Amino acid sequence: MDHLTIHFPVGRSRLLGRQQQVVHAVEDVSFSINRGETLGLAGESGSGKTTTGRAILRRIDPKRGTIRFRGRDITQSSGQALRHLRRHMQLVFQDPYASLNPRMNVLDLVAEPLIVHGIYNSTDDAREYVLELLEQCGLSADTADRFPHAFSGGQRQRIGIARAIGLRPEFIVADEPVSALDVSIRAQVVNLLQDLQDELGITYLFIAHDLSVVRHISNRVAIMYAGQIVEIADRDTIYERPLHPYTEALLSSIPVPNPQLQRDRRRIVLSGEIPDTLEPPSGCRFASRCPLVEERCHVEMPSLSPRSETHDAACWVR
Amino acid sequence: MADRLLEVDGLQVRFFTRRGVVHAVRDVSFGIERDETVGLVGESGSGKSVTSQAIMGLVEFPGSITAGDVRWKGQSLVHGPTAAADIKRIRGNEVSMVFQDPMTSLNPVFTIGSQLTEVTRRHLGYSKMQARERALELLDLVDMSNPRQRFKQFPGELSGGMRQRVLIAMALSCEPELLIADEPTTALDVTIQAQILELLAELQEDLGLSVLLITHDLGVVAGTCDRVCVMYGGRLAEVGPIDDVFETPTHPYSRGLLNSTPRIDEVTSRLVSIDGAPPDLVAPPIGCPFAARCEACSDRCISEMPELATIEKGRDVACWHPFTAS
Repeated sequence: MDHLTIHFPVGRSRLLGRQQQVVHAVEDVSFSINRGETLGLAGESGSGKTTTGRAILRRIDPKRGTIRFRGRDITQSSGQALRHLRRHMQLVFQDPYASLNPRMNVLDLVAEPLIVHGIYNSTDDAREYVLELLEQCGLSADTADRFPHAFSGGQRQRIGIARAIGLRPEFIVADEPVSALDVSIRAQVVNLLQDLQDELGITYLFIAHDLSVVRHISNRVAIMYAGQIVEIADRDTIYERPLHPYTEALLSSIPVPNPQLQRDRRRIVLSGEIPDTLEPPSGCRFASRCPLVEERCHVEMPSLSPRSETHDAACWVR
Repeated sequence: MADRLLEVDGLQVRFFTRRGVVHAVRDVSFGIERDETVGLVGESGSGKSVTSQAIMGLVEFPGSITAGDVRWKGQSLVHGPTAAADIKRIRGNEVSMVFQDPMTSLNPVFTIGSQLTEVTRRHLGYSKMQARERALELLDLVDMSNPRQRFKQFPGELSGGMRQRVLIAMALSCEPELLIADEPTTALDVTIQAQILELLAELQEDLGLSVLLITHDLGVVAGTCDRVCVMYGGRLAEVGPIDDVFETPTHPYSRGLLNSTPRIDEVTSRLVSIDGAPPDLVAPPIGCPFAARCEACSDRCISEMPELATIEKGRDVACWHPFTAS
């Protein structure tokens, strides 16, 4: 199959099931990603974007729903099958400081997944390939024998990326890969991710709260709010003709580095905050903050419905 | 200058660490007028936070101000027999500060009310009742819903946005003339950030407050400031009115920073990145700190440090080869 499809209607991920309290972290989320494309998954903290990413990689088990990879249901995969799967699906983490073992040098770090998956028997065997990977990620060969603490955030993120691409995965979940980095370094890493996509044909799920970066890197964008996808469309549609009132407010509240534009822009400042995911409202989860709210919104939950061929939104009013 | 509140003059801050002397801030000079909002922009390690700490007399061991001066309404807060006493009197009363992290700036074991009243009781000698009245007034001022209930709550019961409002309320307790806000919205989500920025703008207008806004986010500066100071490698790279600097940045670093920022309102096929990384401030380069990453770099840039020089009225740049407006 040429189509990389991930179908993901998860009902109530039970994350913190303490004293019958349940965090409804992700609820009934469905989307698919096509081969070679980048889907941006954006939302604020607590919107469930990271949980969704982890569930796709089978690091968290969903309570309900299915995940399909290359057309095969992988929701129940375990053991050997799961390990085989992980060769093809890798994760790039947000925090370049916490995600690398400080006691391993770069060579060991990048070789580790290759040895785990039995591609090489030892670090020495892998050395040549590791150096090639490092070069591909913009790191010089002399970095191989150094330890993570010797590197800056941007370089660590490059090491993390080298680790992830070593197995030649088809699909990478990049969870806030550039949000811990400074602006000038961020651009370098974003460019690297795009170059690797061009060279290796990797498919990305790019999770980020920074909608400017998401616009830059994505082909399609899904906006999450309080555990649900409220809108999903191709990039330009989302940014130029957003339908969901949350998307609209979110976009308008992002400061643009242009003073003139920033003064003239119509900003929608939302009142209130994201609802408690312990007791989510029965209607639309955005209802309490929505400027367009109607009676129906409080009662009944809107589901994603197609508005055009490439545009779905979950809203009663629009 | 007409009504200059704060003047930073040739400020130099060094940290004496085991690894060596960190030249965190080198020869930084700028001023803040009454009713003005000045943005201090830079990446991590550029020295922007240390500059703000130096203004407030909060540089901690092993760091210290090794040269230069900070003057509040013409009076030195660094030199002279009364400087230490003066800065204590001014801090919290005339100049106050809001920090980045609303999660750790409040004491988790005291209620919002007790932390808010402590400020006015200590600084202004308010009675318990007076302080309580003032605290409720302040919570109302920063648009907190249900102030009476908030007064009794603990920081852990509030969200990040609400905590930042409490911190702003606290900073405003003694009606300061200057508010120093160090990355006040960095830890917050964008929709909450928009609320806090709007609040700051309102407060500034209503209370006639001057603000020094320290941030790494060019977008935040664009929306709120009158003037901007761009810092790099512990030095000022460029200073000027907000519209001018954003429209025609003259320092290659400001230019690179603006170009490498992805825009929500534009699509570019590829980001222009600045290669390399910021300099190590233990052994800063003798020449321009940006030289190693600069496309316009010449021999002179490597051997000689460019000083901040005025290129047109109100616009200063520290570069041997600044881009000109044409």
